[in-house]
Amino acid sequence: MVENVAETICKISRKHLEKNNGILLGQCLTAVGYVAGTVPEMNEEEGIIEVPTADVANGSFAVGMALAGRRPIYIVRYQGFQTYNSPEIINYAAKSKQMWGIPCPIFIRSIAMEGAIGPVASASHHGLFYRSPGIPIVAPMTPKEYLDAWDFFMKNDDPIYVSEHRRSFPIDYEMEDEVHQKADITLLPISATRLNSIEAKKELEKKGIKTNLVHLSWIRPFKISETMEYALKNSDRGALIIDGDYSNGVAKPLAHDLHLITGSEVRALGLEERVSGFAPQFDVLAPTAERIYTYVLEILKALH
Amino acid sequence: MRSEFQGIIKDAYEEFSEFQTMEMFGKMCDIRYFEENARIAYDNKLIKMPIYLSIGQESIPASISSVYKNPAIFGQHRAHGYYLAYGGNKNALVDELLHRESGCAKGMGGSASIHSPEIKMFGHDGLMGSNVPIATGYAFAKNFKKSEVNFVLTVVGDSAAEEDYIGPSFGWAATKKLPILYVCEDNNLSVLTQVKVRRNWNMVDLAESYGLKSVDITDDPWTIMYYTKKLQENLPAFMNIHTSKDVWHAGSGRDNPPKDWSWWKRFDLVKEKLNKKGLTKKINEIESYSKKRMNDLWKSKIN
Repeated sequence: MVENVAETICKISRKHLEKNNGILLGQCLTAVGYVAGTVPEMNEEEGIIEVPTADVANGSFAVGMALAGRRPIYIVRYQGFQTYNSPEIINYAAKSKQMWGIPCPIFIRSIAMEGAIGPVASASHHGLFYRSPGIPIVAPMTPKEYLDAWDFFMKNDDPIYVSEHRRSFPIDYEMEDEVHQKADITLLPISATRLNSIEAKKELEKKGIKTNLVHLSWIRPFKISETMEYALKNSDRGALIIDGDYSNGVAKPLAHDLHLITGSEVRALGLEERVSGFAPQFDVLAPTAERIYTYVLEILKALH
Repeated sequence: MRSEFQGIIKDAYEEFSEFQTMEMFGKMCDIRYFEENARIAYDNKLIKMPIYLSIGQESIPASISSVYKNPAIFGQHRAHGYYLAYGGNKNALVDELLHRESGCAKGMGGSASIHSPEIKMFGHDGLMGSNVPIATGYAFAKNFKKSEVNFVLTVVGDSAAEEDYIGPSFGWAATKKLPILYVCEDNNLSVLTQVKVRRNWNMVDLAESYGLKSVDITDDPWTIMYYTKKLQENLPAFMNIHTSKDVWHAGSGRDNPPKDWSWWKRFDLVKEKLNKKGLTKKINEIESYSKKRMNDLWKSKIN
């Protein structure tokens, strides 16, 4: 039976606790649903540690556990909460190896959702971590990508920021890049915008716009693959990075790097730069398929 | 009331052997003369970075380390005293302060972020009080399902103690009954702002409200040793220790302290007590030896 992302995470976690002397911590983990089925139904004795509602301290507890050699999985159930979970992960865990030669590996499961929680704005806020060195960032959306992220974590000794999205949890398939020999535009989506981009591509193709789609999973280290390079060099109207974070977070620096390597004009589309409210009309959501479609048309029009 | 007598146990001295007292005093001297040399090096511009000296506070690390053996240590920016008292490599610390790659943190740590794996001392990242929750997480993980006890020590000043992750750390340590000793070196000042200006509560009440055994004492070394020994049997615990630095927050100088700030010279008070106990000859020998060793060490590094 093919496992979906949630089942993959759950399985990895169980193995980590049972076989690796690992530890898993977070708030309200054993509540109904065990974090959407991603946490194994185990108890504290077995390594599932419920921590108090003290986000800044909890991030620091995770750092201490990593220093003690337990390779903790630290779950932050809303990425917006990283605003106050991140200080010691960024300032200690990510720096410890370079400062003192002491690795501090933490697997940070940071979960995004589709808005609906007002100013917390729990979208894919990997940009919060991107500005600091020493911490790889990945946004897996498929089972294989998740396994790759875990494998990277276990083979290295850095803390790793895993920008998860709840929309990935039921996904039980892989997403292939789709590249034309000659295209009008290349879409490079991150996190849940990958699902929206697949829809947008369909509509663009219907309109006769040849659209490449190259999925981005690793944000740091950011490797420009041959497929990516080929797609961009053969894309007449450049490329567009689409992110579920503000475009000034990750998208623009990546666009800059891609531009320097390929010479293509690369734009960025992310969350609108405004505070999100609770009422649906005031929410700030990741670019929808419709928004991506419209934005591509705007680019093509501007370049004509 | 903050003073050199606060919470003092007058006969605590009698609880410890002469050997223990001399060991503790030797550590006080090592810290004092190491730091005096560091101060001179700083004044001579051989140290070109912020420096956080422990002059005046020697009795705290000297006494705690004499009875609380082999803990994992999570100090903060002012940690030379703990590094030295627990047997950190002195050569490597001088090198660190002189910006050398042979330093204990290879030049990355400076004065504020020193570490020593040999004595299980972890570096501090510069965020005030962050060592407290990190130490708490470490204590949890290190003792999780373990039969032997792995002790942990973490130290903050009275200012860092106000950081918002301190309370939750106390709470979690108490909930999980962690073998961790929290120490606050309380000189009543955040740079030059007194505690009474900053808060209407005290650290001991806070710690006790979370369920930690706590004491509020002055930096008399025998009183510290007495309580450390006692509290080690009842961890987690908290010690608020009133003290007076001889230099100010950073650097080697002294600003004008607030007029109503009480202070004392514990190093002199300890010697006075030992003189009264008839130990003049012994302590003079220890002090002279320590002074010479530290002077020679620094001289050899600078020349």
